[in-house]
Amino acid sequence: MNDITISIQDKTYRSKHIDDRQHQAIADLQLSVGRNEFVCLLGPSGCGKTTLLNMIAGLDSHYQGQIRIGSQAATAKIGYVFQNPRLLPWYTVRQNIEVVFKQTPPAALIDSLLADMQLSDVQQVYPERLSLGMQRRVAIIRAFAINPDILLMDEPFVSLDAPSARQVRNLLYSLWQQRPHTVLFVSHDLREAIALADRLIFLSPPPMRIISDIPVNIPRDLRNDETQIEAFRERLLSQHPAINGLL
Amino acid sequence: MLTGTFKLSHSAVTLLSLLVLLGIWQLAASLIDSHTLPYPVRVAEVFWQVTRSGELPYHLGVTLLRLLVSFSIAMVLGCAIGVALGKNKALDAFFDHWLVIFLNIPALVTIILCYVWFGLAESAAILAVVINKLPNVIVTIREGTRALDKDLLEMAESYRFDRKKTFFHVIWPQLHPFVMAATRSGLALIWKIILVVELLGRSNGMGYQLHLFFQLFDVASLLAYTFAFVAVIQLIEWLLLRPLDRKALRWRR
Repeated sequence: MNDITISIQDKTYRSKHIDDRQHQAIADLQLSVGRNEFVCLLGPSGCGKTTLLNMIAGLDSHYQGQIRIGSQAATAKIGYVFQNPRLLPWYTVRQNIEVVFKQTPPAALIDSLLADMQLSDVQQVYPERLSLGMQRRVAIIRAFAINPDILLMDEPFVSLDAPSARQVRNLLYSLWQQRPHTVLFVSHDLREAIALADRLIFLSPPPMRIISDIPVNIPRDLRNDETQIEAFRERLLSQHPAINGLL
Repeated sequence: MLTGTFKLSHSAVTLLSLLVLLGIWQLAASLIDSHTLPYPVRVAEVFWQVTRSGELPYHLGVTLLRLLVSFSIAMVLGCAIGVALGKNKALDAFFDHWLVIFLNIPALVTIILCYVWFGLAESAAILAVVINKLPNVIVTIREGTRALDKDLLEMAESYRFDRKKTFFHVIWPQLHPFVMAATRSGLALIWKIILVVELLGRSNGMGYQLHLFFQLFDVASLLAYTFAFVAVIQLIEWLLLRPLDRKALRWRR
């Protein structure tokens, strides 16, 4: 059963420069994502990945096509982890998570999410006093906490140093295994994508379309194993040489 | 230890500076020896008399009430219009010219026109103050609205915050410093304008009293009222504005 069906015929920007040229970002993109599937979108920077996530999140509705999430499109709950953490600086870590709830925030759930992400000690701290990696983890908790119909993640590990990125990635992965959700994850790091995803979707430069759709068949319990990831990557690049040019 | 010493010397400096000012006044008064510059003690006596008789508290209270009413109207209207202009470019392009004109009309002109057109009434006095203050609030809040963080607004939208929630949790904390700036500059401006308003067309309030003292050349009373005035401004700053600042800025690094 498909959880998300995306069918976009056309997304065109009018560029804001003086020439007023039309700029086609997406042309004829069809994508279905199953329930609790973890899908990675990979493509060159500027190919329109963030635009696509914003369209799914409902932040951008100027396009021709249809995006259906679950049974209801307009009321779907979205958990969005942006490229920058986008926490409210005037609220503490805990308040930042609580503020996204419509009803009373579930204290026990937030407690356990904070513990899973190793943030229990800093829940009363203001975000600007935390490292970027910690802020990213807060943003991930915020997205998980509302139990969304779909989780959108836009390169949530970018500009972290390699060890922090790996730590946050592992935490995210174990969190997702405990609480499976449908995930659309944008990345430009092939190793990161292989370690996390069920499926890799490779996208072209604009106008964006799908070049290849590759399942990742490494067992879940071996995703921490660098040699497995590396072997899969070698195999992938030799079978699909076109991918090398995209990343 | 170090900060303790610093605090002590800081308050000592304040005390010393005020004492020196008082000393200069005393010296000048004894040199000039005229009733146009009374001794500090004389002013203190007058201050005590008019406070006990209830005359000073009454006129100060009337002025404060006018201040409160006109300030509130100007802030609420100014915030609403400022946010609207900051959000809507077309509206802003149209009304910007009005703002420039109103910013440059001398306060005295607005006051006279209000009294001429609407009579020497309380509402005309309040209106005159509001018109003088409003453009400043609008311009400041408009700046604040333009500076709103689009990333955070997108976050609020994707997490389906409704309008009320977006305003109180995302927009208001960002506007707060601008509102405080408008409050400070606004109070300073209104204090000055309201005296002229009262002097020209009201039969009570600080401005009316100052006019009376001028006609009687009663400098001691004039100074006594002035000090009460300065004291009230400082009290508002210490008891109201500073705590509001601290509360709103506690999250800053």
